[in-house]
Amino acid sequence: MHEIGIAEAILDAVRAETRQHPGLIARKVAIRVGELAGVDPDALQFSFEALVQGTPLDLVQLEIEICPRLHLCPDCQIEFRVIDFDSRCPRCGQQLTKCVSGDQLEISHLEMESYEPRSA
Amino acid sequence: MNHVALEKKILSENDRIATTLRDRFAEHGTLCLNLISSPGSGKTTLLERTLQSFSPDRHVAVLAGDIQTENDANRLKRFGFPVKQITTGGTCHLDARMIERHLADWPLDQIDLLFIENVGNLVCPASYDLGEAAKIVLLSVTEGEDKPLKYPSVFFKSELVIITKTDLLPYVPFDQQAAEENIRRVHPGVEILPLSCSTGAGVDRWLHWLEKQAVKTEPLVSK
Repeated sequence: MHEIGIAEAILDAVRAETRQHPGLIARKVAIRVGELAGVDPDALQFSFEALVQGTPLDLVQLEIEICPRLHLCPDCQIEFRVIDFDSRCPRCGQQLTKCVSGDQLEISHLEMESYEPRSA
Repeated sequence: MNHVALEKKILSENDRIATTLRDRFAEHGTLCLNLISSPGSGKTTLLERTLQSFSPDRHVAVLAGDIQTENDANRLKRFGFPVKQITTGGTCHLDARMIERHLADWPLDQIDLLFIENVGNLVCPASYDLGEAAKIVLLSVTEGEDKPLKYPSVFFKSELVIITKTDLLPYVPFDQQAAEENIRRVHPGVEILPLSCSTGAGVDRWLHWLEKQAVKTEPLVSK
């Protein structure tokens, strides 16, 4: 259960970016999680929501895009999706194909909007 | 709504520290290996067997991670090499900052081989780069041959898979061939090394693997 730590790291990045944009407030943070990243999306979503509750970031939504595992065949040069761990090239049967995508753990972007300070 | 592209790794702070560690290891010619497995797969026993085989003038050190207790460090200190315990106090994995902190007072130019024994866990340690040259995952024959499919991340990211406790094969329903097929489904081409620390079978191949890696790790500066 390291999803709390990962959610913390996402929030650190959101806070750092928010500081760069005075007058804007973050509404959504979009991330990519590869099938091989070893991160459970539900646990991450739960951790994120628990951490933002009651903080200035409690309106920020976490959007998780799951990225499939893609392999490249060195012989045919075709890229294909690995389903059920079958990483053989679907065209020529080559066993030793190379993973080119699927272990991402990245923040892609933030969505921010103008922030109207409430008068006291 | 403003769209602000970030395009950065979530664990970029950990990765930054890991990169500085990797540079330091390269500079001093230190081969750093990160051992990962479930609790009880035999990481400490493998290290005991390994340290026992080294001559006392070998420049080897161990960082042993656990949630609680100094037990592993105490077991490993008996061999006379520098050993430090990292107790995480609840965290289920080691991160690069813990390694940096615990290496602070160790002269790396006097360490040729550094073993990091991660916290027993097949999930979380896979996400954290510690600056190691290679991750090594251990799978014991009492765990079941489907573990690589259940925990693909760590098997995918490891350079070597060690199947431990092979002396127990006659007593457990472990299908070694199926295990190796599962490992290779997750990580095509990965090296697999079955061994038993009790009988010593296969330990020579492990020591040979270590020597092969050590040769690759020439220091950038002369010692």
